Amino acid sequence: MARYQCPGCRYIYDERVGDDHEGYPPGLIFESLPDDFVCPDCSVRYKEDFELKD
Amino acid sequence: MRTYSITTEHGEQVSYTDRKRWLWLMSLATPLFPLVGVVGHLVTGHETWLLLPLCLMFVLGPIFDWLFGEDENNPPEILVPLLEQDNYYRVLTYITVPLHYVTFIGVAVWVGTQSLSWWGFLVLTVATGFADGFAINTGHELGHKRTKIETWLAKIVLAVPAYGHFWIEHNRGHHRDVATPEDPASARMGESIYKFAKREIPGAFHRAWMIEHERLCRKELPVWSLHNEVLQSYMISVVLQVGLIAAFGWIMLPFLMLHNFFSWWVLTSANYIEHYGLLREKQADGKYERCQPHHSWNANHKYSNLLLFHLQRHSDHHANPTRRYQSLRHFSNLPSLPSGYYGMYIIAYIPSLWFRVLDQRLLALPHVNGNLDKVNIDPESKDRLYNKYGADHG
Repeated sequence: MARYQCPGCRYIYDERVGDDHEGYPPGLIFESLPDDFVCPDCSVRYKEDFELKD
Repeated sequence: MRTYSITTEHGEQVSYTDRKRWLWLMSLATPLFPLVGVVGHLVTGHETWLLLPLCLMFVLGPIFDWLFGEDENNPPEILVPLLEQDNYYRVLTYITVPLHYVTFIGVAVWVGTQSLSWWGFLVLTVATGFADGFAINTGHELGHKRTKIETWLAKIVLAVPAYGHFWIEHNRGHHRDVATPEDPASARMGESIYKFAKREIPGAFHRAWMIEHERLCRKELPVWSLHNEVLQSYMISVVLQVGLIAAFGWIMLPFLMLHNFFSWWVLTSANYIEHYGLLREKQADGKYERCQPHHSWNANHKYSNLLLFHLQRHSDHHANPTRRYQSLRHFSNLPSLPSGYYGMYIIAYIPSLWFRVLDQRLLALPHVNGNLDKVNIDPESKDRLYNKYGADHG
């Protein structure tokens, strides 16, 4: 389980937690997010922009 | 006046005093303008006072922008976290929320209980529509933040102009698609504001609904329920507006229809001028380049920025949408407007004047350099604009 961060607004997608508001359940790995995923906080950065944090 | 200080890792002391700190109190005036007219009418008995709110916005606004000029002051980047933690700034946005309710209900009471002449009714209603259109600006500032209180206040304030879908439409739709032909909230070169409105108003609603629909489907929740964040704000609007009809009768119907329309029109006007003609290029992978600072028009006028929570520093907002208004920065060499939004709205309402002022400015931008292929252009105006500018600039 890893954490990925938006390089623009610092939003973190934590695979352990998922994102309840957006409908991504705990345990959903980053690769499984839709291809057109954009940062839920800023909508400026795309999936491929996200950086592996830890 | 409060000074923020920090010592850098190299031992250097950096300080910043926000000279606009107390001037930000002026942002509380925007929702109150219509009440100034009502109070004038109440005290003197002259309906002419009801003209004052529109004058405060559209006569005084451009004059003050011209008089007080531009503001190029930026906070040092290292102090932005401290500036953002200062609760004073966010409390001002919180206070604006009930002020919009006070004005809206106050004017409704005045319209519902006085026998105003048709023109008194009209100017007061239109002015209130405009003032509550700026509730969408408050909702915009609040809706971009991550705290629960701010997102809820956004939904509550957006209920006044009955535009609850804006929060989702703007954050998740407009910011993603900005400055592309696919964005109903980015105006195209050659498109008048009246043509733009017919695309923007239904397009924004449709996009918000689709985004929320998708989210609720992922969560396996019913779309027609209070889980729907578009409907949450609409429910407040229904209670508010049906309540006013029940209290003051059918006079509220034309009042509410005009009020709501002009509130939406304020947003249409802002959207129209914020990205007119600007275009993000398509990359080899078929996606658009990331939104750059040169994909927004800016106005750095002191007065209107104080009334609008720095909305006019629009490039920095699109580059950093979660940044709070007090930290938004001015950059030179970006697309810039000759006046603040109040003045630009008036120009936009006269399309021939708008095209004369903006089209040359757009083509002169360094990244466009006269190349119409680098402009978001209205398909129906394409041939005409290529004939007009293609030979000189192409």
